[in-house]
Amino acid sequence: MSDTHAQTVTYVRDTMLPQAAPPSTAQGPVKWLRESLFSSIPYTILTIAALYVIYVLLSGFLPWLLGGVWTTSNIRECREVLDGAAGGCFSVLAERWNQLLFGISYPQDGYWRPTLAFVLLFVAVAPVLFSNLPRQLLIVTALYPFIAFWLIWGGSLLVPVSALLSIVIGYVVYGKLVKTSFAAGLAGGVIAAAVVWFVLSMMTPSLSGVLALEEVASRNMGGFMLNMILGVVCVSLSLPLGILLALGRQSSLPIIKMICVVFIEFIRGVPLITLLFVANVVLAYFLPPGTSFDLILRVIIMITMFASAYIAEVIRGGLAALPRGQYEGAESLGLDYAQSMRLIILPQALKISIPGIVNVAVGLFKDTTLVSIISMFDLVGMIRGPILASTDWNGVYWELWGFAALLFFIVCYGISQYSQWLERQLQTDHH
Amino acid sequence: MNKSVFFGALTVAGVLAGASAAATLDDVKARGKLNCGVTTGLVGFAAPNANGEWEGFDVAVCRAVAAAVLGDPKAVEFVPTTGKTRFTALASGEIDFLARNTTWTFSRDVDLKFDFIGVNYYDGQGFMVPKSLGVSSAKDLDGATVCIQTGTTTELNLADFFRSNNISYEPVPIETNAEGQQQYLAGACDTYTTDASGLASTRATFENPGDHVILPEIISKEPLGPLVRHGDNDWGDVTRWVLYALIAAEELGVTSANVEEMSMNTTNPEVARLLGSEGTLGEMLGLDAGWAKNAIASQGNYGEIFAKNIGEETPIGLARGLNAQWTDGGLMYAPPFR
Repeated sequence: MSDTHAQTVTYVRDTMLPQAAPPSTAQGPVKWLRESLFSSIPYTILTIAALYVIYVLLSGFLPWLLGGVWTTSNIRECREVLDGAAGGCFSVLAERWNQLLFGISYPQDGYWRPTLAFVLLFVAVAPVLFSNLPRQLLIVTALYPFIAFWLIWGGSLLVPVSALLSIVIGYVVYGKLVKTSFAAGLAGGVIAAAVVWFVLSMMTPSLSGVLALEEVASRNMGGFMLNMILGVVCVSLSLPLGILLALGRQSSLPIIKMICVVFIEFIRGVPLITLLFVANVVLAYFLPPGTSFDLILRVIIMITMFASAYIAEVIRGGLAALPRGQYEGAESLGLDYAQSMRLIILPQALKISIPGIVNVAVGLFKDTTLVSIISMFDLVGMIRGPILASTDWNGVYWELWGFAALLFFIVCYGISQYSQWLERQLQTDHH
Repeated sequence: MNKSVFFGALTVAGVLAGASAAATLDDVKARGKLNCGVTTGLVGFAAPNANGEWEGFDVAVCRAVAAAVLGDPKAVEFVPTTGKTRFTALASGEIDFLARNTTWTFSRDVDLKFDFIGVNYYDGQGFMVPKSLGVSSAKDLDGATVCIQTGTTTELNLADFFRSNNISYEPVPIETNAEGQQQYLAGACDTYTTDASGLASTRATFENPGDHVILPEIISKEPLGPLVRHGDNDWGDVTRWVLYALIAAEELGVTSANVEEMSMNTTNPEVARLLGSEGTLGEMLGLDAGWAKNAIASQGNYGEIFAKNIGEETPIGLARGLNAQWTDGGLMYAPPFR
C-alpha cells in the first residue's frame, strides 16, 4: 500500500507551504480603494464627481493662498503686484496682526503681558481639565485670576494681592464659623472679606507705584484678546452659577425656586443682543454721569447671566435624567442635602451634561463677537470697523474674515475635542 | 416700591446729568481730555491707522476742538459709537462732543435735544452705475434694479425721487454697505444708491474704479455736522466757533504752514482777531487768546483737512462741490469774527 503512492508520483511535499501574501488587489490601498471608492458603478461615479469638485475647489483656493502678497502697504499696491493674477492680499494681516489680536490701543511694548496671561491660562486650566495631574497645581488655578488681571490691566500688584488676601481671610472666617451654622459662616466670611478689602483699598493708593505695570483701561482692550477674556471669564463664572440655578429650580423652598425659575425664563426669553444694549446704553442713563462702571465688567455680567441660564437648563436635564433611586439611595445613607448633592447626584448629573455644557460654552465663545454691535472692538468689530474703514484696506474681505474664522475654529474645535476625550474618560457603563 | 425706586433713580440721574451738562467746558478742562464720539470706522471720515492713532475728516474736528480748548490736539479720548449708540453716549454724558457724520435733521435737533453746531460736510444721496450701462442721468433709470440699504432715509428718498419723476424701479434690499458693494459688483442690481461720499469711497475700493460712474443727480440733502448736548450754550459756542475758525481760515488764506507768521505780522484785522493777536475773542469763549491758532496749526484749515482726508489727491477722491467756500460757489460760509 505504501508503495502505490510512490509509484504514481515521484515527489511528495512533506512540509506546509509558507503563507502567501494576498493578491495585490485584495490588500492595502488597492483593496481600500476598491471597497470604499469604486465598489459599484454608482459609487464610482460619485467618487469621480467628488474628486472633480475637490480639484475645482483646491485649484481655486491654493493659488490664492500660496500666491498671496504679504509685504505691500495697501490694497492698491496689492493689486499692482498681483496684476490680475489670483492671490490673496495678506499684507493686511502682516500690517494689522497686532490690532486683530490686541485691539487698537493696547500699548505695543506690553503685548507680552496678554500673551503671557494666555500661556499661563493653559497651566491654570490643566489641573481642572485633566484629573491625572498633581492636585497641587490647583494652587496655580486659584491664583491665576489675580495674576491674569494684573498682567492684562496692569497697575500695582498690590490691588490683586489685597483682593486675594481679603478672599483668603473671608474663607478662613467662613471655615471657623461654618461649624456653628452655614448661614453664619457665609455671612461672617463675606463681611470679613469686605472689611479687609475696604481697609486695604484705603491703603493701596498710597502704594500705587509698587510693582506696577503700565495701567491699561478697559476701553483699550480689543481684538481676539477681548473675545478670549470674555469667553474665559464668562464660561468659568457661569458654570457654578448655572449649577446653583439648576439646584435652585429643583428646590422645594418656594421662594428660591420661584426666583430661579423667573431668572432663567426671563434670561432665556430675551436675546443676548438686547442684554448687551441694556449694558451699554440703558445703564448709562441710570448711573450718574462720571461714574465709570467699567463697560467690560457690564458686558461680562450680562453674558454670564445669559450663559448661566442656559447652563442651568442643561444641568437640570442631567439632574432629571438620574433615576429616582439615586436620590433615595443618598437619603438612605443618611447624607444631608449638601453631601448627597456633592457626593452622589452632581457627579453623575454633570457627567451626563458634559456635551450640553460644551455646546453652550462653544456657543457662548462665538457669541462674544456680538459685542462688536455695541461698538467694542473685538476681533469682528476690529475688522468691520477700523480695518475695513481705513483707506488702505477697504475692500479686503476674504483674507480678514478667513483669519477670524481660523482663530475661532481653532479654539472651538479644541474645546469640542477635549469634551469628546472627557466623555470617553468618564465612561463607566460597559454595555 | 420697585417703580418708585426706578423713577427715583431716573430723577437723580436726570438732575445729575443736568448739573454736569451745564459746565462741559470746565469738565473738559479739569479732565484734561476731550471725550469725542466718532464712528467705529468710515473710510476717510474716521479710522485708526496701523499705530492705533485715529485719523480722518471727523477726527480732525475733534482734534481741533481739543487743540483750541486744551492746547493739545492729542488730548482726545476717542469713543467709537455705532449708529445706534451715538445719541445715548452723548445724552448720558459719556462723550462731550459727537463728530460722527450725523445728518442734521429737525427731530434730532429738537426732539432728541441736541444742538448741531454747524455743518462740516454737505452730503446727498446719489447713484452709481457701471459705465457699460450707458446711462448719464438718474432720470434714465426707468425700470432699473436698485441696491438700497433697508430701514434708512435713503430708501424713502429713493421712493420719492422715482415717484416724482414718474418712473419705476425694482428695489434689491441689502443690509450693509459691504453687502451693497458685493451685490452691485456681482451685477445683482443696475445701480447702487447711498450718500455720494459713500459711493465715492466704495468706488475707490473697486479693482477698476474707472468702469463706474456716479450720476450727477443728488436727490436728498444730508448736511453732516458735529453736535453737542442741548442746554450748554457755552460749550456749544466753543465748538461752533472752532469749526467756523477752520472754515474762516481757509477763506482768509491762513494755513497750518503760515499761521505762525500770519499771527505776527498780518495787515488783515479779521485775521488778527481770529488768531488772537488783536481783540479778546478767546477770552469771550473762556479760552486763551491762541485758541484758533492752536486749532489751525495742528490740523490745518478746512480746505487742508478736506484735501488730506477725502480730497481729490486721496484714493477716495471727493471733489469739493457743495463743500467749497462760498466765494468759490460752495456752501461753506463762516460768520464774521468780530
